[in-house]
Amino acid sequence: MSALTFHLKHVPEQRLDMSPLVCQNLRGRTADEIRSMTLDCGGSRVPVGELFDLSGSDCEDIVIEKACDRMDCVGRGLDGGRITVHGDVGAYAGMQMRRGEIVVRGSAGVLAGCEMGGGTLRIRGDCGDYLGGARSGNRRGMRGGTILVRGSVGVRAGDQMRRGKILIEGDAGDYLGSRMIAGTIAVMGRTGRHVGYAMARGTILLWRKTTIGANFANCGSHTATFLALLFASLRGYESRLADPDHEFHRVQRYAGDLARGGLGEILIRLQ
Amino acid sequence: MKINGVRIDPTFAEAFPMKATRMIITATNLKWATIAAQTLTGFATSVIACGCEAGIERELSAEETPDGRPGVSVLMFAMDDKGLAKQVETRAGQCALTSCTAALFAGVYSDTSIPLGKNLRFFGDGYQISKVIGGRRYWRIPVMNGEFVVEEKTGVVKGIGGGNFLILARTRLQALAACEVAVEAMRRVPNIVMPFPGGVVGSGSKVGSKYPFLHVSTNEAFCPTLKGLVDSQLDPEIESVMEIVIDGLSEEDIRTAMRVGIRAACTLGPENGICRISAGNYGGKLGPYHFPLQEILA
Repeated sequence: MSALTFHLKHVPEQRLDMSPLVCQNLRGRTADEIRSMTLDCGGSRVPVGELFDLSGSDCEDIVIEKACDRMDCVGRGLDGGRITVHGDVGAYAGMQMRRGEIVVRGSAGVLAGCEMGGGTLRIRGDCGDYLGGARSGNRRGMRGGTILVRGSVGVRAGDQMRRGKILIEGDAGDYLGSRMIAGTIAVMGRTGRHVGYAMARGTILLWRKTTIGANFANCGSHTATFLALLFASLRGYESRLADPDHEFHRVQRYAGDLARGGLGEILIRLQ
Repeated sequence: MKINGVRIDPTFAEAFPMKATRMIITATNLKWATIAAQTLTGFATSVIACGCEAGIERELSAEETPDGRPGVSVLMFAMDDKGLAKQVETRAGQCALTSCTAALFAGVYSDTSIPLGKNLRFFGDGYQISKVIGGRRYWRIPVMNGEFVVEEKTGVVKGIGGGNFLILARTRLQALAACEVAVEAMRRVPNIVMPFPGGVVGSGSKVGSKYPFLHVSTNEAFCPTLKGLVDSQLDPEIESVMEIVIDGLSEEDIRTAMRVGIRAACTLGPENGICRISAGNYGGKLGPYHFPLQEILA
């Protein structure tokens, strides 16, 4: 069986809600049934067949070709299987996904991986704001799984995240890990201002020095045994993070945000 | 049956079911991992009075451990899950946590698990940090020597306790030499430990006693100084009997260990005073697992 492939015929004029096109929704459907499904595009419902050429039949392996940044909610609530996207995607990619894997071979918009509970979201390009965060008004961001971004991310990555890993090979914008509840964020590149702002618990692991606010206490330099476990868990990823040459155990530890109990930490690599 | 001139008694070892877990202790070097493991498995010779039986299974290279440091694998056995949980938790807290640079991990996973660091974390007094890595929860407990990392729980599997064989020799030193050779060979067998001092029991016991308050007592049939006094199992020339007790994760593991150990002991032969190999057999009163010596060695 070859992958079920959705080849975009033309860029939609309005934003397109892709959330119905996940593995669990397509199981047992014929190609015609899938073509007759409708997607929300702006204020109207448009049949899948009008937007995409379909080929293949394996619902556990979905491929979206010629994707564009008007496609929102790609892989929303994915509960197993794999979605591969060739091109960029819009907002909410992988939102609330529970299991499986989403690979975006382009960039993603805001709120990628927001409120996800499990699985793996890989983004080859850059990512917008609130990566792994919570939607406006919600108080819980990502609560499990792994997000791997090869490029850079916008502001407030990991905002209110509860559990899981966010791994960023590039740079991160301001307020990285803001209001973090728990979990782990690793950034190999540069970071913006106010790292860990209002974080309650959790770990922010940085390869490069950054400005630490007065709301964090300098706990000194340490050899962190648990980092060996963390790096070992990354070995399977196609990422610079999996490269043993980038592994380290000596860190400068900052505890904070002191305004929220000081149980979170920023660990910065020591040369 | 004889091996290298050493007589193998037509008898069997008798063992009983236990619950077991494996733990991996790592440290900054093998010396300190071993110290932690020896402390953790100390006073764990017999479940009768120690609450558990435990021992070092083998040394682990840095490549074999979860945190990439040298380590030691230990096996611990108790009569039930509850007893095992109590011993694991107590020993983890008093022996592993207190060992400098040590970290403690589960060495076996199963559907049944018992706390390892789940309650130990409270030693952190609120400063402990949880990390879920690869689907497993670890606790980072700040301690004076740095940070103690411990996995939240460890698996419980079925085990067998009390596999054994006896080495009967002309002198005590000859018996001890044979035991050392056997234990050295058996340490290379996976999934087993020999929980007694140096792997050897100098005072093997029988079930029961003339005293109502005592469940086990000396095995007079194998005590050389009682040869003329009791219904002795010893030949006139035998002056010392030593026992090697084996706890393992399966019958096959114990069979393998017994085979390896007995064959190693027999290499010394009668010229070095090794006369017979026998086994602790309590007529079926002790447990359902029987290990016939001659069948194992055939």
